[in-house]
Amino acid sequence: MISLKDIAFKYRAEEAYALDHISIPFNAGEWTSIIGHNGSGKSTLVKIIMGIVEEYEGEIYVDGELLTDENKQSLRRKFAIVFQNPDNQFVGATVEDDVAFGLENLGLERSEMIKRTEYALDLVNMLEFRSHEPHRLSGGQKQRVAIAGALAMQPEVLILDEATSMLDPAGRTEVLSILCRLHEQLDTTILYITHDLTEIERSDRVIVMNGGNIVGEGSVEEVYRDKELLEKSNLKVPYTAEISDALLDGSYMTHDELVMRL
Amino acid sequence: MLSSMLLGRYIPGNSVIHKLDPRAKIISVILFMIIVFFANHWIGYSLLILFVLTMTKLAGLSIRFLFNGLKLIFILLIFTFLMHIFLTKGGTVLIDGGFFTIESEGLITGIYITVRLIMLVVITTLMTLTTSPIELTDAIEKLCRPLKTVKVPVHEIAMMMSISLRFIPTLMDETEKIIKAQSARGSTFMTGNLKQRINALVPIFIPLFMSAFKRAEEMAIAMEVRGYQGDEGRTHYRLLSWETRDTIALFVLVLFGALLIFVRQ
Repeated sequence: MISLKDIAFKYRAEEAYALDHISIPFNAGEWTSIIGHNGSGKSTLVKIIMGIVEEYEGEIYVDGELLTDENKQSLRRKFAIVFQNPDNQFVGATVEDDVAFGLENLGLERSEMIKRTEYALDLVNMLEFRSHEPHRLSGGQKQRVAIAGALAMQPEVLILDEATSMLDPAGRTEVLSILCRLHEQLDTTILYITHDLTEIERSDRVIVMNGGNIVGEGSVEEVYRDKELLEKSNLKVPYTAEISDALLDGSYMTHDELVMRL
Repeated sequence: MLSSMLLGRYIPGNSVIHKLDPRAKIISVILFMIIVFFANHWIGYSLLILFVLTMTKLAGLSIRFLFNGLKLIFILLIFTFLMHIFLTKGGTVLIDGGFFTIESEGLITGIYITVRLIMLVVITTLMTLTTSPIELTDAIEKLCRPLKTVKVPVHEIAMMMSISLRFIPTLMDETEKIIKAQSARGSTFMTGNLKQRINALVPIFIPLFMSAFKRAEEMAIAMEVRGYQGDEGRTHYRLLSWETRDTIALFVLVLFGALLIFVRQ
């Protein structure tokens, strides 16, 4: 799907690389989580993928095609992103206007826009709020609208950059459960960036970043059990993982399994 | 006082006036601004008042509600009234207070001008009360489209307007938060003389501006990654549709203007 080859990037006036020559393939239909504490380079990576930062070294392949100045516009249409702050990415005056914003930019027919807007809002269970204004929505609802706005563009990859970090626990659960449903039912390829280890439970593959490097990679279970790696990367092992580890001598269990077991 | 303030607010509803095309409403208000000047004696002014009251009723708003909401403006208008009473001379002397006189001409012009201004304020308020801000921006964009030929960035201006409108509640919340945060650090905003109070606003405005800039940057990025590249090749989700009732509304207004010219003296 997307493949990064030897990507390096340095912020001006800084000595160290924010991204130090990393290579990762992202596979279609997979939920990949990138986890790392602040300054680990995970957001810079997203900026490079989305083309917000353009002076990088290395190569990006999208569906096997090298991203160049000529094709970047059309290739980047395959990605859609949801950012951290729900307020600062709400462009439209109402929910449906916001979802349609990206479609207007694509220059779609009005009938097609209506169809896609309704479909996307329905996917995130926000159809009944279609005429609401943003300030009448909760943070979780705003992020769901942002996801709908991204989905309406029919992207091949949905990228979430710390999309739940400004939400309350209820909003976080809302957003995560929508993502799970999308991933299970529609096979949406998800690239999920976070610093919170409790949020990666549903992902197929986890990449741990620290200091601009990829320091670990594996399944959720493998990452959870590699305490040394997590500690070195300044990440906090989730409570549930610690309990299951202590109780069940090292065998990993998801939150739900643990609750059942207890 | 501020919460009952009606200027610039929108009250959703289902009245005939609400349903009119926003372009029709903007054109009507501009026409009305001209028509107001056709009235030049009491019959004309009474007709004006009658017309505005009918419009208020048609918009499904109560007159008392409107009056309460515009109180602040009316207080300002009282000054205009007083200015005319004391400064316009002519006609018979009504009150001779020694160092000042009130003359009939002054009283009459005072009343007329005040009525005229009140009618203008009420009719424009009616427009904003019955039209959502986004409809207004859409209408302004459409109406100003011809200006594009002389290189006025109509689309960009409309976009800026609608985003600013969308951010008003967000920034209001933010201001409130900053005020609370600064109060918790011991700032006082409500005491001291004028200069102290103005100085006390600095620690509110600086964080507010900082965050507004940050928001603007994030917003710009969010718009860009969603493919925004200005007006070129862009379609519109919202449609304004001009119906027969909009034509009728304009026609009624023109007739009313003609009537006012007819009763002129």
